[in-house]
Amino acid sequence: MLAALIGPALVLLTGLAAPTGIGLTNNFMSFARAMAFAQHPLGKLILFGVILLFIWHGAERIYLTLRDMHAGAKFPLMWICYGTAGVLTLITMGALATIGF
Amino acid sequence: MSRSRPYIRPVETLWWARPPYLAYTLREATGVAVLGYALVLLAGVVSLANGERAYNVWLDFLKSPWSLSLHVLFLIGMIAHTWTWFRILPKTMPRLVIGRRVLPQIRVTAAGVAVAAASFIFIVLVAVWTQP
Amino acid sequence: MPSDRAAGAAAREIVIEVLRYRSETDLKPLPQAFRVPFTDDMSVLQALQYIKDYLDGSLSFRWSCRMAICGSCGMMIDAQPKLACMTFVRDYYPGPLTVEPLAHFPIERDLVVTVGGFVKKIESIYPYLIPKTQRSLDEGEYLQTPLQLARYETFSDCINCMLCYAACPQFGENPDFIGPGAMALLQRYNDDSRDGAQAMRMDLVHTDNGAWSCTAVGNCSEVCPKQVDPANAVNQNKTKSALDFFLRFLGHPLYLEHTASDGDKP
Repeated sequence: MLAALIGPALVLLTGLAAPTGIGLTNNFMSFARAMAFAQHPLGKLILFGVILLFIWHGAERIYLTLRDMHAGAKFPLMWICYGTAGVLTLITMGALATIGF
Repeated sequence: MSRSRPYIRPVETLWWARPPYLAYTLREATGVAVLGYALVLLAGVVSLANGERAYNVWLDFLKSPWSLSLHVLFLIGMIAHTWTWFRILPKTMPRLVIGRRVLPQIRVTAAGVAVAAASFIFIVLVAVWTQP
Repeated sequence: MPSDRAAGAAAREIVIEVLRYRSETDLKPLPQAFRVPFTDDMSVLQALQYIKDYLDGSLSFRWSCRMAICGSCGMMIDAQPKLACMTFVRDYYPGPLTVEPLAHFPIERDLVVTVGGFVKKIESIYPYLIPKTQRSLDEGEYLQTPLQLARYETFSDCINCMLCYAACPQFGENPDFIGPGAMALLQRYNDDSRDGAQAMRMDLVHTDNGAWSCTAVGNCSEVCPKQVDPANAVNQNKTKSALDFFLRFLGHPLYLEHTASDGDKP
């Protein structure tokens, strides 16, 4: 649900508007602003929530589609898809912890 | 009387690539856009944790034609994801009875898409207002 | 039918390819072509009856009411699951028109498929009202408002034609999936205000062959001739199953407890 509601806006802003400078100033995502956002508890929570939910939702859709495509047996595919999501979760947590407060 | 010997037809392995199931497969494939974008964000967070120089490498990547094309694809995928999400959402809910009538499912979809559109506008406005 | 032809007008003809299979002589199914004269008001079922009456009496197929209420004549018409009595030959002219038995079911003979598995699934979901508390005759009948009826009414429209099973690719992959039709019937009882056995039926829903075989393709609801919307029945139960999974630690607040007893059997 989160991806459905905020996904398009985030992609537009962080992937197209900010890098090109069209619609947003060029230093919208400068290091200083990004650090300030990521160090703030609310900012950290938003980053954590968005990245995690998108990763797990994407992993589930990909797992089910690979099952449909007969890409492999059930349990190996499950371990690969959700296992990858788990590893990415740990990386996210580690990176956010390193950024600190 | 002859003994029954039922014939079991094999399942076509490429059913997901043919109509009417192709639309469903494309809907599920929008999950790749969701995951892909999350990976870009994750790369950004990891580079942020590694200091200014690493983070600027990520920012430069975002400016590259590869990244911009990728994000156009992500945007198309995300919009398709939103639309198909709200098409399927009423199927996961019990029949809503309003007054004396059952609420048609297309109304739930329309409401969801309206909320998504409002959310889109809201986030864009917040970004524009908070820019340096 | 030949006798229905208007005087002087030549009947149009269409080639119908029917998948034949007779276990005593055939190793596998093979198509057989028939040239069938048709009029604009002829259904595919009538065309099959023409073939059986005039061209090949050995052709086997199920049919009964010929008005889309008995659910007997489901078959694949040009690879789409349809009721033969509700599908018109004129829409497939010039053809050829392909008729095959309902997909995802074993072929018994010609267009007749084995339905025993489906019947067992219907029987397994406690397809009868199990009241919350026993009532005596003096208490009178159960009262139900039109609003309460509206919650489950479309699920009660199912004619057991199994087109939804032919449309469901996940059933094709996993024949043990309880399937859209059985879940629609399950939901018909769970949503009925007079019923109290939701917990018992949820036990079937929670399994991998219950709601969780479904990936919300939605094709079942597209092909249903009675607009039952079985996709809604199955996917509602995914939500309920997930909620149940998380809420069970708080002691099942959603569903009333009910243990099966002899009083439940009809």
